[in-house]
Amino acid sequence: MTTPAGFARHPSYVKEGNSKARFELSNRSYAHLRLSAVALLFAVACAAHAAEAQKPSPLKSGLDFAGADVRALQADDFANPGMLWVARGEKLWREPAGKAAKSCAGCHGEAPAGMKGVAARYPRVDPGAARLVNLEGRINLCRERHQGAAPLQYESDELLGLTALVAHQSRGAPVAAALDPQNRASFERGRDFYHLRQGQMNLSCAHCHDRNSGGKLAAETVSQGHGNAYPIYRLEWQAAGSLHRRFRSCLFGIRAESLAPGSPEFVDLELYLAWRASGLPIETPGVRR
Amino acid sequence: MVTRPRRRFISVLAGLAAVPFLRGRDARAAADPLAPLVEKLTGGAPVREGRVSLDMPRLADNGHSVPLHLKVESPMTAADHVRSITLLSERNPRPLMATFHLGPKAGRSELITRVRLNGSQRVRAIAHLSDGSYWSGSAEVEVTESACLDAG
Amino acid sequence: MVARVQVPQEAKRGEAIEIRIAIQHPMETGFRFDLMGRAIPKNVINSLVARYNGAEVFRAELGSGVAANPSLQFYTVAEASGTIEFSWVDDAGVSGTERAAITVI
Repeated sequence: MTTPAGFARHPSYVKEGNSKARFELSNRSYAHLRLSAVALLFAVACAAHAAEAQKPSPLKSGLDFAGADVRALQADDFANPGMLWVARGEKLWREPAGKAAKSCAGCHGEAPAGMKGVAARYPRVDPGAARLVNLEGRINLCRERHQGAAPLQYESDELLGLTALVAHQSRGAPVAAALDPQNRASFERGRDFYHLRQGQMNLSCAHCHDRNSGGKLAAETVSQGHGNAYPIYRLEWQAAGSLHRRFRSCLFGIRAESLAPGSPEFVDLELYLAWRASGLPIETPGVRR
Repeated sequence: MVTRPRRRFISVLAGLAAVPFLRGRDARAAADPLAPLVEKLTGGAPVREGRVSLDMPRLADNGHSVPLHLKVESPMTAADHVRSITLLSERNPRPLMATFHLGPKAGRSELITRVRLNGSQRVRAIAHLSDGSYWSGSAEVEVTESACLDAG
Repeated sequence: MVARVQVPQEAKRGEAIEIRIAIQHPMETGFRFDLMGRAIPKNVINSLVARYNGAEVFRAELGSGVAANPSLQFYTVAEASGTIEFSWVDDAGVSGTERAAITVI
């Protein structure tokens, strides 16, 4: 029988009056135990620190973890239900909106193709708003500033349509959200959120998406958790949805308190995810199960 | 004490108890949950297996949206064509899923769509041809739900 | 309702051409409940018709067994140049149409 260090040399059984055996350690054994414990804790702490802000390697899109049908559906530009939202976005692009009665096309040109490459750089700090904004946020800022229109609601067909349209123009372009002194604080908050244990299940994003990607969660295959295909059409939702909707689903899954779509915490997390997915091509509109 | 008459009584009881199971096996094999609906559809006319191929994944990613590729062997001429195809589900709350009306102008009796499946089951397609005959084909699909408890 | 149709721009007379249509519609089954526990009423696209230069060439009666945001691919024989018109209606009585031009040589 093997015993850990500290137990080996001086175990002593002390018989008490009613033949209860007590297993006692000598002082030297305790000292050995304490040292081992401290050494172990130090090693774990080092490992944990090294695990922070780590990019998965090799980078794999969620599509790599999807089944044949989902892959085929995303590859077919007509059958891909997400394209219905891109089509809606195309209609909205040309519709005048707000007090200024201006359309997106009025400033950005008839062809949304002028938006090529834009989505790849988001989220980014908007100088006017002096905060980090994602694509949805930027579209709403445009509406307020230039169209005199009310912001669109998250998960509305309109916002999903416009976001999908703009992101779709960057399809194939590598995710390239740049880190700079201006968004450093956001990045760190996003990174910390990603590694924070949350909810009844006390899990962080890293537990599934860094340590267990490719593994199974019942019938689901866990992906690396990238946002490069969003907005996506999710078979489960029977509709298109934003990355924030997916965050909320995940938080629900680990029985954690949720945040509202559009929350700054989610936007910070988007930046961390964008850094983590750097180089992965944008796939919008993605299809996932 | 178990006497001979008691033993006989017990074995008769045991025999009687087994009967439902024996009949049950046959009954299960014969009972087609769709039979009454098919009967109503065809007006009692016989349905033959064949000529209809229903291609569906053996394992569906998600029951909300399962691809379905339907083909019926037919020259699709004015004299010989498919009039209609009906899709039936064994386990959906509404077994009648869809009916497609074709005709000689269709050119090809082929159809692709996506359906909802309430759990693992067999899907049946019944084709009604221009000569009045009915043909059927089916597909077995395993359906798993998403693991994450997702209300959003 | 947002809808997309795909019809070949050009086809040979007598050729069976591939027609595709996708419509954004929840195809609400009537079995779901909202967050307040109220039943969401059934509302599906129950009928879809394709007419080629006015003549019906395809008709589908759909139920809640068809997936949300329904898509269909079917075939029709290219007869003459003109228009293929799609029209559909849901249980709430909301209808939609879409058309595509075709040149037949």
